Amino acid sequence: MKKLINSPENVVLESITGLGAAFSELIKIHTNPNYITRADAPVENKVALVSGGGSGHEPMHGGFVGRGMLDAACPGAVFTSPTPDQMFEATKAVNGGKGVLHIVKNYTGDVLNFEMAADLARAEGIEVEAVVIDDDVAVKDSLWTAGRRGVGTTVLAEKICGAAAEAGHSLKEVAALCQNVNKNGRSMGMALTSCIVPHAGKPTFDLPEDEMEIGIGIHGEPGRTRTKLKSADEITEVLLQPIVEDLPYKSGDEVLLFVNSMGGTPLLELFVVYGKAHEILTRQGIKVTRSLVGPYITSLEMAGASITLLKLDDEMTKLWDAPVLTPALRWGV
Amino acid sequence: MSNISSSQIFTWIERYAAQIAEQKDYLTQLDAAIGDGDHGANMHRGLQAILVKKADLQNTDIGALLKGVAMTLISTVGGASGALYGTFFLQASTLAGGKTELSPREFGSLLEKGLAGIVLRGKAAVGDKTMIDALQPGIKAYKDSIESGETMEQALSKAVSAADVGLSSTTPLIARKGRASYLGERSAGHPDPGASSTVLLFRSAAETLC
Ligand SMILES: Nc1ncnc2c1ncn2[C@@H]1O[C@H](COP(=O)(O)OP(=O)(O)O)[C@@H](O)[C@H]1O
Ligand SMILES: [Mg+2]
Repeated sequence: MKKLINSPENVVLESITGLGAAFSELIKIHTNPNYITRADAPVENKVALVSGGGSGHEPMHGGFVGRGMLDAACPGAVFTSPTPDQMFEATKAVNGGKGVLHIVKNYTGDVLNFEMAADLARAEGIEVEAVVIDDDVAVKDSLWTAGRRGVGTTVLAEKICGAAAEAGHSLKEVAALCQNVNKNGRSMGMALTSCIVPHAGKPTFDLPEDEMEIGIGIHGEPGRTRTKLKSADEITEVLLQPIVEDLPYKSGDEVLLFVNSMGGTPLLELFVVYGKAHEILTRQGIKVTRSLVGPYITSLEMAGASITLLKLDDEMTKLWDAPVLTPALRWGV
Repeated sequence: MSNISSSQIFTWIERYAAQIAEQKDYLTQLDAAIGDGDHGANMHRGLQAILVKKADLQNTDIGALLKGVAMTLISTVGGASGALYGTFFLQASTLAGGKTELSPREFGSLLEKGLAGIVLRGKAAVGDKTMIDALQPGIKAYKDSIESGETMEQALSKAVSAADVGLSSTTPLIARKGRASYLGERSAGHPDPGASSTVLLFRSAAETLC
């Protein structure tokens, strides 16, 4: 294993400490338990948004803390959900009196630990709502599994709901909006290489030089199929088709097209995928009105990409365009 | 039949910590096959954190001891198993408030209360390929044995065997809960990591509570 780390034990703490040092005007790092808040938290009379999950998906979620997005993020160990005391402390720290929304990616560990944190916060009189994001179409049999995983739509939900909270919407409204974003977002990812979890020290799975895994999860969970490597155009088709068919996205729909790097795939390649996806959607009469391209929900150094589509309405578009000022996303300010 | 003291309960947890430490890599290996390869590391982190609090935990009643164990697991383990094992001990602790000893029958009620907590939180049933597959039959064997007048030693040894059978039964199953469920049919042919750490919980009990 070749990694720029000092030790697997300290990598998360050292990384969030560095993040805090780099963006001290935007965010504040809290330790024991670990969580990251907006520098100006709590913001009085605003619904607060708290998210979190295992580390290794940077910039999600810590990079999305700031004005117009999250009020707090709770980083767990690499690929392991955070613990309830983190979410509980974060919830208390950012509660501005208008309630707190937990945005949770659908993984058993994340869901259970956030539920326990919400129980603790409610017991202290804090109003908490939770929305679980489950947008990964690669999981087919959602009845017989823990359900679809939460992936790319999470980033979009955090941005859009953050803007709604900033605009003064109530907890019920922001939670309903978050559900609506989840209902209209779909994703699928693929891997060219495995990632290496620092503690494990070796690749999570073996993927021969000439093969790829279609439908991979962000923790290296296996996908739908393993096939011979194909061209970027073909891979884009393979990812996009099940997404489009699932909602389904139809001619005349306005969508946000989000092409995400799993960590190891450079922007040069990502824009090749974006270009092809844009072309396919346009051909089908689906209007791409907003875009996001880059590494936003990663899986350590895994090479590969994911595509997320979100069907937009006027409100969502307006909230997407609203100002945001975080370490990883910023515009309009 | 003799009762279980609070110091025995702590020794049980200490023994469990030692067994988890010993089996850490094996548990992680099981989780790497059908999950994300962190179960051993997760459990080890939590149990070591409990050992650090030994001085505080040793000098309390069983309710406070189990609650301390629960809160430590909840705040250090993470993942599905942190919430679930934490809930197990937290629910069990609610039946032991102020008690410094437990009859074998009371101990059985604690285990059942803990199991009910896990089921309520995780919504898994026997056959879903989770820790429930070892925990449920283990507790049932213990209770049946105590009810029929057998000794603590017999009851715990039957619990270990039943949990072990439960663990083996998970191997051919297709996981329906937790991370392993994403594998679908590919999860068959591997034992469940959480059921494996649950067998150790019974094994350490059998070595310390009678
Ligand atoms: N819903 C559930 N109910 C009961 N046990 C579960 C459930 N989901 C997962 N588990 C147990 O948790 C174990 C995995 O624990 P661990 O690897 O520590 O957490 P994670 O799956 O979050 O990485 C599984 O082997 C299984 O026994
Ligand atoms: Mg695991």
